[in-house]
Amino acid sequence: MKLQTRHLLGLEGMSREDLTLILDTAVSFKEVLERPIKKVPPLQGKTIVNLFFESSTRTRISFELAERRLSADVVNFAAAGSSVSKGETLKDTARNIEAMKIDMVVIRHASPGAAHFLSRVVKANVINAGDGAHEHPTQGLLDMFTLREKFGRLEGIRVCIVGDILHSRVARSNIHGLRAMGAEVSVCGPATLIPRGIEQLGVKVYHRLEDVIPHTDVLNVLRIQLERQESGFFPSLREYHRYFGVTKERVAQAGHAITIMHPGPINRDVELSADLADGEHSVILEQVTNGVAVRMAVLYLLGSR
Amino acid sequence: MAKTIFLKNVRIVDPASGLDETSDLLIIDGKIEKIGKAGSVKTDRELDLTGKLVVPGLMDMHVHLREPGFEHKETIETGVRSAAYGGFTAVACMPNTTPAIDDESVARYVQEKSKQLLGGIVDVYPIAAATKGRKGEELSPMAELVEAGAVGFSDDGSPIMSANIMRRAFEYSSMFGVPVIQHAEDSTLTRGGSMNEGLQSTRLGMPGIPPVAEELMIGRDIMLLRYVPGAKYHVAHLSTRGGLELVRAARKEKLNITCEVTPHHFSLTDEAVDSFDTNTKMNPPLRTADDVQAMKEGLRDGAIDVIATDHAPHTVDEKEVEFTMAPFGIVGLETAVGLCVTELLEQKFLSWPELIEKLSTNPRKILGLPAVRISEGEKANLTFIDPDLEWIVRPEEFHSKSKNSPFGGRRLKGRAFGIFNNGKLFTAG
Repeated sequence: MKLQTRHLLGLEGMSREDLTLILDTAVSFKEVLERPIKKVPPLQGKTIVNLFFESSTRTRISFELAERRLSADVVNFAAAGSSVSKGETLKDTARNIEAMKIDMVVIRHASPGAAHFLSRVVKANVINAGDGAHEHPTQGLLDMFTLREKFGRLEGIRVCIVGDILHSRVARSNIHGLRAMGAEVSVCGPATLIPRGIEQLGVKVYHRLEDVIPHTDVLNVLRIQLERQESGFFPSLREYHRYFGVTKERVAQAGHAITIMHPGPINRDVELSADLADGEHSVILEQVTNGVAVRMAVLYLLGSR
Repeated sequence: MAKTIFLKNVRIVDPASGLDETSDLLIIDGKIEKIGKAGSVKTDRELDLTGKLVVPGLMDMHVHLREPGFEHKETIETGVRSAAYGGFTAVACMPNTTPAIDDESVARYVQEKSKQLLGGIVDVYPIAAATKGRKGEELSPMAELVEAGAVGFSDDGSPIMSANIMRRAFEYSSMFGVPVIQHAEDSTLTRGGSMNEGLQSTRLGMPGIPPVAEELMIGRDIMLLRYVPGAKYHVAHLSTRGGLELVRAARKEKLNITCEVTPHHFSLTDEAVDSFDTNTKMNPPLRTADDVQAMKEGLRDGAIDVIATDHAPHTVDEKEVEFTMAPFGIVGLETAVGLCVTELLEQKFLSWPELIEKLSTNPRKILGLPAVRISEGEKANLTFIDPDLEWIVRPEEFHSKSKNSPFGGRRLKGRAFGIFNNGKLFTAG
């Protein structure tokens, strides 16, 4: 089985077959991660550059681990802010990559479409590690993987994404990926942070956690950023926590167990209470483990195409 | 020896003279000597224009020639060439140059420079800044600028945000009968935006430019215009159905309001941004299919007076960057006629005479310029169009210095192939 795509730019429009292939492949790699020797040879001799124009700790480390465990040679390129501010354009950076005969590029960038742009100008396989508020496909995949592991399927499970949907690439990748696999997706957040027309992507919109909690199996809680308060999206973190904070009391109203997810890093007791984050229904650390397996699967499938 | 040019067997369309007939046209010394079957005449130049159209010279009342200050994008010379190839005998150029066209020396420079190019065949009219340095704070020296040839006032690119300054601009400009041209956008709603806000921006995770920003500004300006009814108000590059409805209502009130639409706003939707091609990034942004439909309806029922391109050259390097970082704007002079024929005539939204009104008669009327007519005794100011020519847009072949067009590869019908103005003949190819 082979992927129908050369690059992983987003989950929107990806076929069920491709998504399933990645998730199934990740199962084998997760097994590798349980071994005493966690290294396998498929990408030996391949060079991968991690191009991070936006600061990130966990995604970068997760990719790097995945790359090294597949025996690839890894180069890291971290630019504070954009390359433009350093006087070099993304296009020039891309040309340099081309000249250095790099096989695969993992890119994180603040501008939507940056990975698409790169995929048009380089011959290497491009993996989007987050482009602005557009997509973060490997995060979507690892969330799907985690849920499939937990529920045994994705078809029919109910997932609500909570928080700043407007600025979230995680939300978009989750919506596209989960819907393609037959899950029901809703979003819940303040009206200022729900982007226009999102219902047309096939999701239900809620503005009160109380309304959605009885009807969901999963809450995927997004990080809320203080800078959104400064730009007028909500009045204060205190008020945000009071109305949109996912807490034990709120979740208890469901009458059934609710799985808690978070892409990290968590603002404890702001968007998510600490007891839930560390509680029995939290899969947050599994997400981190699965992130490496899913990224190995993506790298392997693209690299051996 | 008089210079005579004989245009043979050509369809002459001139709404102002009520003319739509196939005939011959004799030009002597830059003047239309005779319209009518002439048999064989001894002339310096004879063009058999069977199957072709001759219409009053087209005018694009919204272009950016970039000189002075941004000559790497476009110069007056390349801009004028692009206009000539696109079939325009006149352009009005926006003042967002460096220095801005906010004093008479710059206004005169632009005109004088253009007179030396292609024999001065393309008339270049400056639109001056409405405020000093286009900062929106103090009025520009309008009287002096009108005397120096300015035909309108605009801070185009930057909306005039202060209601007070807009009111004063209306009042002061009303003394000269010159319009204030507004880039209608409430910028408090659009900061950081890169494309139309809606389903597509939500899909792409792109910061949005909400349509209400355009509507709000038009609404505010209409209220000010009602308060200063002696002013003339022209809405640049209208793009939203809501904005159009406001203009339509204000026209019913008989306010001095006019507006224009660009070819891209009646031929592309925000779905084109899907490619992340920065040549789909302009301000106002591409809107929805419903807005595109509204623009076509507005052209058909006369609510929209003018088609203007907002020709905005940028270099490849400036445009080939991340979408949110790319500058706004596309070039438009060389695709305008083809898009009008393909999207408006072929789809029966406009007839040839109606199209000519929007591309020739109305822009001159709005800017207070003499009407261009095709009748005996008139100065010859003409555009030649092949209405049936099918061609494929190749931006690399544009005569503009910049190639930033979203229409590359698109098949169009109809193309201008020459102009005559100021006693000069120019033909493409």
